[in-house]
Amino acid sequence: MFQNKDTYTFLLDGKTIPFTEEQTIIQAAMAAGEYIPHLCFNPEFKPHGSCKICTVSANGRQTASCTQQPQAGMVVESNTPQINGERLALLQMLFVEGNHFCPSCEKSGDCQLQATAYEMNMMSSHFDHFFPDRPVDASHPEYLLDFNRCILCSLCVRASSDVDGKDVFSLAGRGIKTRLIVNAESGRLADTNFSGDDKAAHVCPVGVIIKKRVGFAVPIGQRSFDEHPISFTPHPALKDN
Amino acid sequence: MSFVLETAANPENLRRVAIDPLSRVEGHGKVTILLDDQNKVHQVRLHIVEFRGFEKFIQGRPYWEVPVMVQRLCGICPVSHHLAASKALDEIVGAKQLTPTADKMRRLMHYGQILQSHALHFFHLSSPDLLFGFDSDIAKRNIVGIAEQHPEIARQGVLLRKFGQEVIRHTAGKRIHGTGAVPGGVNKSLSITERDELLKDIDDMMTWSLGAVHLVKLMHQQNPALYDHFGAFKANFMSMVGFDGGMDLYHGHLRARDGAGNILFDGVHYQNYSQIIEEEVKNWTYMKFPYLKSMGAEKGWYRVGPLSRMQNCDFISTPLAELERRDFIEYSGVMPMHAPLGYHWARMIEMLHAVEVIKNLLHDSDILGNDLIITGERGFEGVGVIEAPRGTLIHHYRVDENDLVTMCNLIVSTTHNNQAMNEAVRRVAQQYLHGHEITEGLLNHIEVAVRAFDPCLSCATHALGKMPLEIEVLNAASDQLSRLSRSSEGILSTPSSVV
Repeated sequence: MFQNKDTYTFLLDGKTIPFTEEQTIIQAAMAAGEYIPHLCFNPEFKPHGSCKICTVSANGRQTASCTQQPQAGMVVESNTPQINGERLALLQMLFVEGNHFCPSCEKSGDCQLQATAYEMNMMSSHFDHFFPDRPVDASHPEYLLDFNRCILCSLCVRASSDVDGKDVFSLAGRGIKTRLIVNAESGRLADTNFSGDDKAAHVCPVGVIIKKRVGFAVPIGQRSFDEHPISFTPHPALKDN
Repeated sequence: MSFVLETAANPENLRRVAIDPLSRVEGHGKVTILLDDQNKVHQVRLHIVEFRGFEKFIQGRPYWEVPVMVQRLCGICPVSHHLAASKALDEIVGAKQLTPTADKMRRLMHYGQILQSHALHFFHLSSPDLLFGFDSDIAKRNIVGIAEQHPEIARQGVLLRKFGQEVIRHTAGKRIHGTGAVPGGVNKSLSITERDELLKDIDDMMTWSLGAVHLVKLMHQQNPALYDHFGAFKANFMSMVGFDGGMDLYHGHLRARDGAGNILFDGVHYQNYSQIIEEEVKNWTYMKFPYLKSMGAEKGWYRVGPLSRMQNCDFISTPLAELERRDFIEYSGVMPMHAPLGYHWARMIEMLHAVEVIKNLLHDSDILGNDLIITGERGFEGVGVIEAPRGTLIHHYRVDENDLVTMCNLIVSTTHNNQAMNEAVRRVAQQYLHGHEITEGLLNHIEVAVRAFDPCLSCATHALGKMPLEIEVLNAASDQLSRLSRSSEGILSTPSSVV
């Protein structure tokens, strides 16, 4: 069926997007240089389909574009007021569930949550803030975990498990009580086999897994999303390609 | 302890007049005045009514976040907090001596801040009082009125401030709340393009700053009865001065003089500030009252800011500002100038000095360098002091072995001036309000006295858990039903009900 990728295409907001058998909608869109907002998706990892920011309408049915494979001739809508409105609501809920204090966050300007919120024209959190009490874990000598910023994308879980073969991170609890934990009886990162060389140390799209003592070393103007919005910025995993 | 006119003996039968909110100052505050039937003044208080809490919620955060977080105390002089915190954290990362590029970039940022803040205060906030009169038409007593009546002065004020903000943008990345300084140095130097962009306008800034100094000097010369005596009171002076005794708004050691100009102490390393300064809390304001420990709360309160710095230093290193400083000192005579309106004159001399320093730094090739950060032996406690536009700013932190902040103490410029500002409004109330029918123009005299200090009220209220508080429950007839008190030591009590 997929002998020539140019043979099979779908329409994304009216643009023709070629795809191959292995690709999902977002992968094909990304390969074609088209942006679909996303958070838990990272082209280096298997799709997870949890954040739902990448939701699109595929032949009139809403679906996560990171897990949905396209079909030839499929009509996909992404950049519409309705879908962007739903994305905005999801983002606002992420912001109020954690403690996202962008003004003093060292990930500001490099944060995919912040950049996606800008992309969706988020002007306020809209909902009441939960203000959860989440102390940071600064036990590790080189890395710090700031759980206040976790959006439960599970990228660190997948990286540690699939790439590092360590299972340092996991999501525990259910529903609104879901939280990121580390694999140590003490609950401290210092008591795990985490290393700064791990893939898991470098995949966090927000500001949870932080290398110590280097915050704010990159000046304003040179951060990932200073010059262009996230829709015009290649995904960090694709920058070297 | 209580000062004259701080607390009325029998407040229950007095009339209360409130200036709420104070206008044309940074932050929120009010002045309350208690008068009797003959309009005689019995009590005057400057209250700071807003509350922040930075000292508390910075605890538990990683130390490298501090310079960026604490600058959010203020939108007017965030650079001061940014740099004071960075200086304190230099001690944590063991950076005893910054690289020349880092030191000069920080200085450039700081003097840009001095320039923009002083310009904002003088032209936007205070010049309407000085150029139109304290009791002039309130509808025109603002920057828009200045733009209509004195368009060139307004234009220069706006552009001076804009230039200072551009200096900040090129050094910190943004005009407000940038990230230029990091523990141990800075994260950027200037590009040649950025330097040349600033140099293009520097001579205009110099001319206009000098003009502003001459404008204020002329006001003193033409009306000494007002400018040299309005709300005047004798007080001690404190500031940081350079290690050579000259004016240095970025680094040096602490010096204080008494009201006659005699040195009280000199050469005190600011890491030891807690050995010389104590703070008192009072139950009617969120702002604390610092004083010199050795003299006690009654005699040891002091003034900071331009008026102190101008009379505390031995010289100014830049030529134009030094000439103006000498004029200022000569005009004051044998005794130091204590008049609050003298702040404006000193402030404009500092603005001129800032422009001169900026020009010198822009011609220094070190600001184009690449050696930005240095580290050394890790420390666990640091104090950073800077002369902010409004006066001496102290940041003090302790950091644990996991890099998290465990203690923070901030003594902000406006806090140092708390007693002095209260003293000024009491003097003005006595001079102008006592026995007179209260009018808006007379009340503006009180505000003029407060404005002279250029207070930043939002910066000054950051403590949490130390404030004495009283909660009163009143019925519809305003009779007190119950009362709950908390002392400055945190002890709760329920004094017996009045009703």
